[in-house]
Amino acid sequence: MSVRTLTIDGVDVAIAADQTILQAARSAGIPIPTLCHLDGVSEVAACRLCLVEITGMQKLVPACVTRVAEGMEVQTQTPKLQDYRRMVVELLFSEGNHVCAICVANGNCDLQDAAIEVGMDHTRFPYQFPDRPVDISHPQFGMDHNRCILCTRCVRVCDEIEGAHVWDVAQRGANCYIVSGMNQPWGAVSACTSCGKCVDACPTGAIFRKGETTGEKERDRAKLNFLVTAREKKEWTR
Amino acid sequence: MDKIKLATVWLAGCSGCHMSFLDLDEWLIELVQWAEIVYSPVGSDRKDYPENVDVCLVEGGVANEDNKTMILNVRQRSKILISFGDCAVTANVPGMRNMLEGSEPVLRRGYSELADNTAQVPDEPGIVPRLLDQVLPVHQVVAVDIFMPGCPPSADRIKATIEPLFRGDRPQMVGRDMIKFG
Repeated sequence: MSVRTLTIDGVDVAIAADQTILQAARSAGIPIPTLCHLDGVSEVAACRLCLVEITGMQKLVPACVTRVAEGMEVQTQTPKLQDYRRMVVELLFSEGNHVCAICVANGNCDLQDAAIEVGMDHTRFPYQFPDRPVDISHPQFGMDHNRCILCTRCVRVCDEIEGAHVWDVAQRGANCYIVSGMNQPWGAVSACTSCGKCVDACPTGAIFRKGETTGEKERDRAKLNFLVTAREKKEWTR
Repeated sequence: MDKIKLATVWLAGCSGCHMSFLDLDEWLIELVQWAEIVYSPVGSDRKDYPENVDVCLVEGGVANEDNKTMILNVRQRSKILISFGDCAVTANVPGMRNMLEGSEPVLRRGYSELADNTAQVPDEPGIVPRLLDQVLPVHQVVAVDIFMPGCPPSADRIKATIEPLFRGDRPQMVGRDMIKFG
């Protein structure tokens, strides 16, 4: 296995050549905020929260999909990056209808945590208040599009871990939304196994268990990790 | 040293932030050694917003003409304006009516479509303030100096926000204890 050495925020890191900057940073205990990243599924670089600066490169690169290289000098916390990260989170809040006070995920939400992490005390952008639907046609779960940030974790976890591929993204740009099946009500999608992995994967309260009320959403993220490890390393006990 | 002139204002919110303010309990006794409460729905009988206010806590979003007149007044007459709680900072629950797009559909929904009997949209100019088309966070109407999120912000958060102001300092609005929404 060939190894690459690089510096992240001035810290020397050595890691396998096929690893990403995000993996290298995490192995060195250097925090980089993420939202669309989910351990166990592929990376899509959708949220732009993990953008980093690399010496000698003009543009910012997402740490989750950029491979490490020999001699690379990475900066993760420059004022420019901090400003952009806060802007990203502010845009997410102003784009959807994120009403923390009445959300199932209040107190247990990756978006809420990201806002704290980037120091967002308000958003400078006007709220869009989009008119978005809620799908409660599934007997066990619900999908509230108001709270969706289009991270596509549900799409990937359902496709890559459960193998059912119930979820997908429809439309373009600001009109994008998550669809179940062939843009059917979730409850009408026969491919859904009702496994609940999308509930565990969802960073916000967009996908939830019916019967949960404010602040009651719990997730079992370790279950997703366990399944991946079980399959890859044949470790079947938890 | 002169006492700080402190005001609190209640716009489109549930009054929960003011209840949380009262949760400051015995610290309120200490507070009045530093500050004079010059205007407040929970701490003063005064009906008109005074001049030369040093610090004003504004609860609630801007939802109707009265709110708008009030907040313009508040901005003009206050040195430090604090958006107090999620409704002031984000429009929050009152802002959920914005998804119906305009005040007319909201009134129709509330007073006609859902009425059991005597359906009538209230229309008493001068008595019932006209709704604005959208409920807006305070900073979309006037400049805001400090943002204190929370639904409601805890008494500890309120104290940590206003106490430094009495010493002429600014609060550090960072971390879960100070800026968590909800």
